[in-house]
Amino acid sequence: MAPLDAPSAGLELLAEEMAPVPSFSTGRPRRRIRWWRGIVLVVTAAFFLIPIYAGLRFSFQGVDGHYSLSTLKELPKAQGFTAALWLSTRLAIATVLVAVVLMVPTTVYVHLRLPRLRRLMDFITVLPIVIPPIVLIAGVLAVAPLWLKATPYLLSLMYVILAMPFIYRSLDAGLIAIDLKTLSEASRSLGGRWYSTLARIILPNIRPALISAAVLTLAMVFGEYTMASLDLWTTVPVWIVQFNGAANGHIQIAAAMAGLVVTWVVLTVIVSLDRSQRRRARG
Amino acid sequence: MENHDATAPTPDAPASGVGAVAPGSRRRSWWRRLAPGAAVAPFLLYSALGIGIPTLGVLYYAFRGNHGGWTTGNVSAVVHGIYLIGFENSIKLALLTSIIPGIFGVFVAYAIHTSRSQWLRRMTATASGVLANFGGVNLTFMFVATLGSTGVLTLWLAAVHINLTSLGFHLFTFSGVAVVYMYFQVPLMVLAITPALVGLRPSWREAAENMGASSWRYWRHVGVPVLMPSVLGGMLLLFGSAFAAYATAQSLTTGIIALSPIQIGNFINGNVFSNYQNIGYAIAFGMLVILAAVMTLYNYVQKRASRWLH
Repeated sequence: MAPLDAPSAGLELLAEEMAPVPSFSTGRPRRRIRWWRGIVLVVTAAFFLIPIYAGLRFSFQGVDGHYSLSTLKELPKAQGFTAALWLSTRLAIATVLVAVVLMVPTTVYVHLRLPRLRRLMDFITVLPIVIPPIVLIAGVLAVAPLWLKATPYLLSLMYVILAMPFIYRSLDAGLIAIDLKTLSEASRSLGGRWYSTLARIILPNIRPALISAAVLTLAMVFGEYTMASLDLWTTVPVWIVQFNGAANGHIQIAAAMAGLVVTWVVLTVIVSLDRSQRRRARG
Repeated sequence: MENHDATAPTPDAPASGVGAVAPGSRRRSWWRRLAPGAAVAPFLLYSALGIGIPTLGVLYYAFRGNHGGWTTGNVSAVVHGIYLIGFENSIKLALLTSIIPGIFGVFVAYAIHTSRSQWLRRMTATASGVLANFGGVNLTFMFVATLGSTGVLTLWLAAVHINLTSLGFHLFTFSGVAVVYMYFQVPLMVLAITPALVGLRPSWREAAENMGASSWRYWRHVGVPVLMPSVLGGMLLLFGSAFAAYATAQSLTTGIIALSPIQIGNFINGNVFSNYQNIGYAIAFGMLVILAAVMTLYNYVQKRASRWLH
């Protein structure tokens, strides 16, 4: 929903138990500004870190109060969890495949040959942010043919729509950053056709943008609840809400935190790879 | 907008480079004429089927009666009783969770923007990017661990004899939903307002100080007027995000709270018996109308804001 220009390092938050208060300098003119900044940052850090701490503590603490990995070990055994995980995984793979095949050639082509259509692309890809998912799924369930409603992959098709804003944004940024015109002209003057230019010249050059778009899509699919629950498919988030275990919510909290931590780790890795690659490119 | 390409080089134009233009086979020129359409058509078709048709479906059914035929019954039912309350609650919630995090987010963004710590700035940018996108079920359960009846913060506060429930806070009702929404609204505001803060040039402040302006007068006459459109724009973005949110509110309250998105969900699930089967679509139509108004305002405000952003 939000502009996700710089996905990354939530993990650094976890590492940071205490509020990151900047060191106070002795410079007089800045002094006044610094104390309120300290307060704002302490309050912010507390608001964002305490829930993370609480979630992790519940994940590692059994109902008896002892810390152990038992809750996390229970998770795969919990009824329905593996089925939900498998369903989410299949949906995620299908979503990424369809999204890449649909979005990449179109975006590249529009950048290269039809720059006039960029405004139209901008407009269409912002619609999924403006139209609430709840309204979209209500409309889909009202008009979709029965055979389509019978398959969970209807969700994948809709997730492609939900992913459009950040896939397009990511590819757009990646394509603007490279000298698309020169690259494709060089390729053409060496006899490369449109397809081989795309596959062998352009795609390798926008790989970081592609990978981050794919990862964001995966994260979105594994967290999406609105459409999955209303289409009556038990994906991981739907399972977390529906599961009724004896462990006083600990298992659900552990599943939620596991999802978060995995997302953060993957995003952090992607962003740091991206950064080191860019540094190498700069020389 | 330059048309850099070789979609249709004139036949007599000299071929640039070695083998730039393949010998004009008929198949190739036919392909060239169709290629632009062929490349964009799948995307346009997909968007029309995935966004256009469902939206039109919502509009269509909002004005259809139980047994077919056009009616305004659904829409007029929606502006009365429990559905009106749903809209009121949704708007109240969206106002509350756009104004408070909006103001707070500006202070956070400013504190970080003026910080000398490069590390702090980079970490906040990336953390905001992650957290702003992180609503939904996982967030709900993290807050259950924090502010639920046996939550960590609940127990900490109980130890110092603060009872949140007696202060009127319940995680599983309106107040709880509002607090949980702040968790993605504040980062969203930080993301939205940072470009405007970057556009606030130090030379303006220096100019004001050279003319003897106090800090207060600088903010009164320069800083706040320049930032205001961006702040309002950010808040409208937050309003839309809170107004449309379903997953967090639904999983937190198990659907008992009267908010428009949740009422639509209850209709889709068939949990509601009503004289008007299609009321869910009428609520959805109402939400679209409100969001269209919000987006119109947003576009207007963005135009004002972009005057200072280069």
